[in-house]
Amino acid sequence: MSAAPLFRLAALIKKELLQILRDPSTLIIATLFPVLLMLIFGSGISLDSTVVRLGVFDQDGSPPARRLVETYRHTPGFRVVEGKSTDELSDLLRAGKLQGFVVLDQGLGRQVLTGSRVRPVVQIVTDGAEPNGANFVAAYAQGAFAVWSEQELARRGYGPRSPARAFSLETRAWFNPSTKSRNSLLPGSVTLVMMVVGALLTALVVAREWERGTMEALLTAGVSRFELLVSKLIPYFLLGQVAFTICVLMAHLYFDVPLRGSIGTLYLVGSTFLGGALGMGLLISTLMRNQYNAAQVTLNAAFLPGLMLSGFLFEIRSMPVAIQAVSSIIPARYFVTAMQTVFQAGDVWSVLTPSLIGLGLAAVGFLGVTFFVTRRRLE
Amino acid sequence: MNATVIRLLALIKKELQMVIGDTQSLRLLIAPVVMMLLVFPFAATLEVKNNALYVLDRDGGPVATEIIERLSHTPAFSQVRRLRGEADMRAVIDRQDALVVLQIGPHFSERVLAGQPEPIQAILDGRRSNSGQIALGYVQSILAGIPVGTALDAARPPLVVRHWYNQNLDYYRFILPSLVAIIATFSALIVTAMSVAREREQGTLDQLLVSPLTPWMLFVGKSIPALVVALIQATIILIASVFFYGVEFRGNVLSLYLCLVPYVLALAGIGLFISTVCSTQQQAFLGVFLCMMPGILLSGFVTPIDNMPEILQTLTWANPIRHFIAIAKGIYLKASLVSDFTDNLIALGCIAVVTASVSLALFQRRLS
Repeated sequence: MSAAPLFRLAALIKKELLQILRDPSTLIIATLFPVLLMLIFGSGISLDSTVVRLGVFDQDGSPPARRLVETYRHTPGFRVVEGKSTDELSDLLRAGKLQGFVVLDQGLGRQVLTGSRVRPVVQIVTDGAEPNGANFVAAYAQGAFAVWSEQELARRGYGPRSPARAFSLETRAWFNPSTKSRNSLLPGSVTLVMMVVGALLTALVVAREWERGTMEALLTAGVSRFELLVSKLIPYFLLGQVAFTICVLMAHLYFDVPLRGSIGTLYLVGSTFLGGALGMGLLISTLMRNQYNAAQVTLNAAFLPGLMLSGFLFEIRSMPVAIQAVSSIIPARYFVTAMQTVFQAGDVWSVLTPSLIGLGLAAVGFLGVTFFVTRRRLE
Repeated sequence: MNATVIRLLALIKKELQMVIGDTQSLRLLIAPVVMMLLVFPFAATLEVKNNALYVLDRDGGPVATEIIERLSHTPAFSQVRRLRGEADMRAVIDRQDALVVLQIGPHFSERVLAGQPEPIQAILDGRRSNSGQIALGYVQSILAGIPVGTALDAARPPLVVRHWYNQNLDYYRFILPSLVAIIATFSALIVTAMSVAREREQGTLDQLLVSPLTPWMLFVGKSIPALVVALIQATIILIASVFFYGVEFRGNVLSLYLCLVPYVLALAGIGLFISTVCSTQQQAFLGVFLCMMPGILLSGFVTPIDNMPEILQTLTWANPIRHFIAIAKGIYLKASLVSDFTDNLIALGCIAVVTASVSLALFQRRLS
């Protein structure tokens, strides 16, 4: 390349950078959005239940039954509300004021004493409309029940060793010993930031230029397709790196997510994914040439798959095979795997190499198609 | 018919033409609904299924064999694979093939039979800590079900667990009603915020403001297209969830549609507010996005609101999505009555009134 085209390219990039600096909304998205998202995923989104409002209806009133109610009261995580009837409690459950309730049938005390097993005497009802909460309520209510029945058995002279204790598990979590869901959520959620800054922002800005005809004006003025694409790519690539750096700093320094891999690997992964995201944004804007439609398409083609199918929030292996197949062509999925690995496990190349190949292919593919489509649209 | 009504109708007609007038726009409003309907109910699951369970059995005795046999019959694990040694174990976890590896120590069976059981080691991949813990829960409940002392089993008072409204705790039943809220958010916010921004970019907003239409009529005119779009999208979702996914609608359909009105008005108010502080379509879209993302994430759609820190829980009262998700799930799945949601409806009304009056005041100040 001779000096003149290089000079022209530099001028184009400079123009683009000036445009970014002039419109505050672009910079706000690139800096405020990562901070906001990291704060939400770091402290707002939690899969660990904290307080459960549990209703209790004691129809029996015998000493063992009262002791069971007390056990529920003293179980951490339960806030017990005593009800006067099953109807009252089911109304509260329907209105969402309770997450579950326990009904102690008449005859519970007698049954504890005689040891007869005529019919269930304790019923745990949960709000199945909230599956995650329902699982938690059921598990904890059963746990508290087990504690109580151990104590009742002990009162009647049975030994302290129970069947549940015969086989116990000793758990160790590799890479994330505290098993904080935040440690995997935060590196994964960077996907969303990259999708927004890389794909959405680029799609909007470039679509506006198509809408206003400035892209065509540049092309007819003798700027080559290559120069045009590169001049769009470089400024937004830099903007993406800023957003990526904010995410990494927030995750590592503010939320204490351990970073076991090297910074070099981290940025290699980030840059490769950013390339694909930018390519996607450029492609959509070139095809749509209208801000409103480009925004809608990016939201549905880039952002939502990044949220739903990338595996940082929902387990890919639990999805049906067809959906798993769809997820395997989504670059975000490889990015999430790579990010979680670099943060928590380190530079494990047996995982990173396939992910990087996937991300690289996506980047080359999207940019290549955009290059091709740009010419076609002009003719 | 008096002049005001005619003017209002003309405005609504014009607005509707902008939103669903041409086929590309119409397609872009329907396509996401179809896509979300096909993907979300399957993808948004916190269940743990289809994983391979890896076991490093250093014992090989009868009790270990029995435990492995029982674990291979649970839906959480599609297959049970044996590992040969420590190096194997490290490899399957590094490559994310294994979510959980169980390690049974030497002489395990001998010790259990002698009445001195030792713990089984479970190693889980901390990168997927949440799924790992759910899977461990399954393992634990299976271990607890293996009978050891039958005399003790008989002495326990029996207990039953019932999950109301969703017996098997299927996630798709939980997702579908929430989708009505999510999709309405997308379109209602974008339709209102972008339409005002577009008018401003094209300079037609000033014309509207000096026309005989009162500011409140303008608000109504801008909200009705959003309402129409939300109603169409909600109907598509409800039809698909009842007939395609087979999720029974337990409550009163009419009351759900009724509650959709204050919800869309609240969204329209927010959309209008965004458009008053933005000067271009691009800024309006980014503004919508900046509001919508936290709104969806902190609505109870992804994780329950009860799990959030106290301050955030209070803040979510200003989030219309939170209120409508509770209403939609309640009416759809639990046959809740509108009166169960008085608080939520009042909150939606307040959001609509506050955002709309602030934005209209801002408009008027700009005009004078």
